[in-house]
Amino acid sequence: MSQRARVIELYKSLLHLGKDYPQGFDYFRTRLKNAFMKNKDVTDPEQVQKMIAHGEFVKKEIEALYMLKKYRTLKRRYENQEQG
Amino acid sequence: MARVLVGVKRVIDYAVKIRVKPDKSGVVTDGVKHSMNPFDEIAVEEAVRMKEKKLATEIIAVSCGPPQAQETLRTALAMGVDRGIHVEVGPAELNTLQPIHVSKILAKLATEEKADIVIVGKQAIDDDCNQTAQMTAAVLDWPQGTFASKVEKTNGELTILREIDGGLETIKVKLPAVLSADLRLNEPRYATLPNIMKAKKKPIKKVTPKDLGVDLSPRIEIVSVEDPPTRQAGSILPDVDTLVTKLKEGGHL
Repeated sequence: MSQRARVIELYKSLLHLGKDYPQGFDYFRTRLKNAFMKNKDVTDPEQVQKMIAHGEFVKKEIEALYMLKKYRTLKRRYENQEQG
Repeated sequence: MARVLVGVKRVIDYAVKIRVKPDKSGVVTDGVKHSMNPFDEIAVEEAVRMKEKKLATEIIAVSCGPPQAQETLRTALAMGVDRGIHVEVGPAELNTLQPIHVSKILAKLATEEKADIVIVGKQAIDDDCNQTAQMTAAVLDWPQGTFASKVEKTNGELTILREIDGGLETIKVKLPAVLSADLRLNEPRYATLPNIMKAKKKPIKKVTPKDLGVDLSPRIEIVSVEDPPTRQAGSILPDVDTLVTKLKEGGHL
């Protein structure tokens, strides 16, 4: 896959993740777009590679954030009933 | 090697604030975000891990509900389930659809598909019934391992760590068996975009409760659905005497 295609795929999958963002999709989308646009003139393949790696890291972080949020909410709802 | 059947339910998303309909007939579901019941996600994840450890050959997800339940099945397919079965339930029957009906459907499908393990979430976050696994085990006359927090397979037997009041219990059950997933069983994976796309190619079979010979006539009547009472505001009192008078007024002393 070309580097360009990988960047586009990264952007799309981040957008998909953004649909569940706690502060709303619009909040997420504007920030995501800004982050990508900021580096739009980067042409050095090594630099781009680093940025893609960073994007993949952010993806993992967001997934972890969602999982934790869900786990904590459920734990609060279902496990601390005696203590109120 | 075993074939695993997982039950998934489409519920209002856990992060959505639930609103009760003004006529007290139920909760507002139109235009509200729905997703897979979080406990069912844990059940799906456990099945997928069994397959990854080569303990299971095939995973089948079942969902009973409106046409949109297929979206929930797609999520399960994206997580690694092989195929889906959608049991279509009409809007009229949906509100009075109870674990007793669902368990009969699951039991029937488990027999038809020759499943060895049935995994469901311990309860759904909408009706909080916590009955489906138990009833399914009863209908099938299979052993059950409910509130599973750890599952291990050793030749033809499952060793299950169960979360019980104030501690953990270890039990052994013979296959076939019914399991229900508790919160700490595993951490479900996220259905990523490429996997959702790939899941579109996986088959979903549509059946009706009538095909399965399950009668969905209501066992209950919903009388009224109401919000929980809101907490009354507190007040700051100047001294002990006023507090005592207030408590006496309220009949607490």
